[in-house]
Amino acid sequence: MGKAELPLHAPGTRVDRGYIGQSVPRPNAQRLLQGRGTFVDDLRFPRLAHVAFFRSPYAHAKIRKLDFSKAVKQKGVLAVFDGPTVAEYCKPWVAVLAHLKGIKSPPQHAIAIGRACWQGEAVAAVVAESRSQAEDAVQLIEADWEELPVVVDMEDSLKGTKIIHEELGDNICFSRSFDTGGVDEAFAKADVVVGETFHFGRHTGVCLEGRAILADYNAAEHSLTVYHATQAPHMMQDIFSRHLGIPEANVRVIAKDIGGSFGIKVHVYPDEMATAALSVILRRPVKFVADRLESFLSDIHAREHRVKIRLAASKTGEILAFDLDDLTAIGPYSVYPRTSGIEGNQVVNLTGGPYKHQKYRARMNVVFTNKNLCCQYRAVGHPIAVALTEGIVDAAAQKLGMDPAEFRRKNLIADDAYPYTFPSGIKFEKLSHHKCLDKLLNLMSYEKLKRERDELRKAKIYRGIGLAAMIEVTNPSPAFYGVGGARISAQDGATLRLEPTGMLTVMCSVTEQGQGTEGIFAQIAASAVGISIDKVKVITGDTGVTPYGGGTWASRGAGIGGEAVLLSARALRSNILDVAAAILKTDRAELDIANNAVINRLTLENRIELTELGRVAYFRPDTLPMDFQSELTVTRHYTPRQYGFTFTNGIQASLVEVDPDTGFVRLLKHWCVEDAGTVINPMLVDEQIRGGVVQGIGAALYEECLYSPDGQLLNGNMAEYLVPMAGEMPDIVCAHVETPTTQSQLGAKGVGEAGTAGAPGAVMNAINDALLPFKARVTAMPFTPERILKALGKV
Amino acid sequence: MDHALETTLTVNGTQVSRRIPARQHLVDFLRDELGLTGSHIGCEHGVCGACTVRVDGQIVRGCLMLAVQADGCKVETIEGLSDTKELLELQKKFHEHNALQCGFCTPGMLMAAQDLIRQGRSVTREQIRQHISGNYCRCTGYQAIVDAIEEVMQTEVPHGQG
Repeated sequence: MGKAELPLHAPGTRVDRGYIGQSVPRPNAQRLLQGRGTFVDDLRFPRLAHVAFFRSPYAHAKIRKLDFSKAVKQKGVLAVFDGPTVAEYCKPWVAVLAHLKGIKSPPQHAIAIGRACWQGEAVAAVVAESRSQAEDAVQLIEADWEELPVVVDMEDSLKGTKIIHEELGDNICFSRSFDTGGVDEAFAKADVVVGETFHFGRHTGVCLEGRAILADYNAAEHSLTVYHATQAPHMMQDIFSRHLGIPEANVRVIAKDIGGSFGIKVHVYPDEMATAALSVILRRPVKFVADRLESFLSDIHAREHRVKIRLAASKTGEILAFDLDDLTAIGPYSVYPRTSGIEGNQVVNLTGGPYKHQKYRARMNVVFTNKNLCCQYRAVGHPIAVALTEGIVDAAAQKLGMDPAEFRRKNLIADDAYPYTFPSGIKFEKLSHHKCLDKLLNLMSYEKLKRERDELRKAKIYRGIGLAAMIEVTNPSPAFYGVGGARISAQDGATLRLEPTGMLTVMCSVTEQGQGTEGIFAQIAASAVGISIDKVKVITGDTGVTPYGGGTWASRGAGIGGEAVLLSARALRSNILDVAAAILKTDRAELDIANNAVINRLTLENRIELTELGRVAYFRPDTLPMDFQSELTVTRHYTPRQYGFTFTNGIQASLVEVDPDTGFVRLLKHWCVEDAGTVINPMLVDEQIRGGVVQGIGAALYEECLYSPDGQLLNGNMAEYLVPMAGEMPDIVCAHVETPTTQSQLGAKGVGEAGTAGAPGAVMNAINDALLPFKARVTAMPFTPERILKALGKV
Repeated sequence: MDHALETTLTVNGTQVSRRIPARQHLVDFLRDELGLTGSHIGCEHGVCGACTVRVDGQIVRGCLMLAVQADGCKVETIEGLSDTKELLELQKKFHEHNALQCGFCTPGMLMAAQDLIRQGRSVTREQIRQHISGNYCRCTGYQAIVDAIEEVMQTEVPHGQG
């Protein structure tokens, strides 16, 4: 590949770029390509027991009696447990955060006690020698239920005629109001006011690997090793420790290969806590893997919102104010430990985000319902905020008779206006909306596309172009969770060790779910130390091995974990030069490292290979000066602190064709221009964006968890809950503007959620553009053929 | 329920005889009895394609076929086709294009892709997309997968018939 010949210290750059900016294939993909990865369900342990859960068939019901007498007699069954028994080993939790003022939620147990509050809540656990034996026995549990009134609709919940948790007084989990002042005045003097109500369908992550946990309690050591499909091993270590009463250092959480997460695997799930407790109770390893039907009933859902939005503008096309009223329903409990108040909170923070208006008012209510729990799923709140902002911006442009791109250009915050404080209070370090808009319009040949669209309409072919500008929360500081009292680390660490053979082992607290974290850490470490990437081995996902840290969420892996790796690599490089100077009896200022060797900085002459340096440092330190000790293992940490979040920005465009006879939408092409700061690996970044866009397209066109009026999930399987397939997806064109953050030496911002944040809005605007000749408009996602035909007045 | 049948099949070139419970799926048998964990279980109702394996030359859903139905059959999994190097070119192109992220769907996706390659016909990107539409990928957005398969099909002389 010739990679080692790349300039490792390109002049004029802030970072020793080396592999940074190169599309290096991920080394850890090799095992996955041969089916030789290790997902939790692939592990085989002696005395491994399997748990299956008896789940409530009702959305809300009192458990009068559970009869296990038949179940326990089944072949292979080891034990059957109810809620009170498991609660003796696992303390309940209450998911609130101090900085979400007034948020409330009742205590939640690993296994429900006395009452089930959603269809699918676990009310008993069967442990058997095999999963099939456990499932067979679950069928024989007899329960005596008393159905309770069900709250399914969020407007009904807000009215509070039926209260789910009487001790809380009402169904409101969390409320927030925000007002800059002057909003009514702005609307009064506006030339144009547009208002609309948007509906967002409740959907879920559908990780191809179900949630999975294998807990192995060692009674002799009072220690617990948990193999867990989780994004946040240290957070889970803390939680297992506190809720099961096992000292923190005795809990080890190992996250090997993980089959997709997208935010689904960063929460505390009652059935997983129960599995860990059962391992303690039974003193043997216990495994739980959610099957697909359980996944739909118990993986967190997200994004069920009803939003009323109004926009005021002047006749010259200047946006004056936004006025928002958001209602969202989260199921019967706030999810631990991140709470279910964050998504609505983000909608309040981010609505109107790309624009330079100064007046903003928002009201937001998060209410309880008897449906599955909702919490943070990829791009938390962003898809809602972007779609409703961009939808109403398009409505305003249309009313003003302005081109949507020109209307945006007029209102986007100027590229030289930073640092900038947005009316909702969030702060932007440096964004590039105008550069991104220009790049996008050029990339997609916007004017030509518009002409084609207009021509085709004469032939009754209805195409639409939709734009969606966006801002995105990345690299979160402790302001996200830590300040609210959650024991979730915003800091991450990296340990680097030069091995005797001159190889490099990198251990980092950020985890890998396939996004390529380990690959970019190898790129950064190799570049900064001065070695070739094939000599780097990266280890993540093990609390017993890596430094402490937050893991993977909120687009933080590259920006925070990557910076920790860079700082650690620079420190190691310095230590290697000290060793080289001691061996060579040379001034270290004359030395540098490149291509796996210490070289003379000026002549570039090879002075000592790292293999030889390693041999001497580890095996013949007796040959070094008496007062010299080599330190070839170093650890560094990084926390972003200057800004609460390092915002990124970008813009997407969608080109669709709508068939007005069938209501079907064909996606023809999609574009995304994103500014994620320093791009470490363009190929991985583009694939992250494309995957995100496709998840966003799923939200826009296909995905919705449908519930009956009595709270039964109607489409909880893969055949009926549609996700994007290869055949329907368009090619997606990606491009970048690079505005590195100056908060770190690496300059990387996050990118994992950008695609999902912007795609639903872009697709919605494209569909509405296609429907314009019919004066029809859709505002309820997903945009199914039925909804489009209804908008067209055809059904 | 415990009814088991003596079953003999060839898995990745090795003959295997077991008493297999009649209700056990082929993929559960491969994973739990033989430790071939490369075939993954994503939905257990024949939709996602993660458990795709080859039986007598045809790709099948390992969750929709009972293990006892494979009596006398030749079963090939990702592990076997990796070792015979039949998938080498596809794996190389998947790697170069980053046509996988979490890798959970990848073994099934490779089996489906190789099935198309073995048909030996020239196909468009659209036809590649159609062919892999029974294999869900939740990470990549599919484009790199299509790119990788397309590149193999443009360079590869069809081989390994039957």
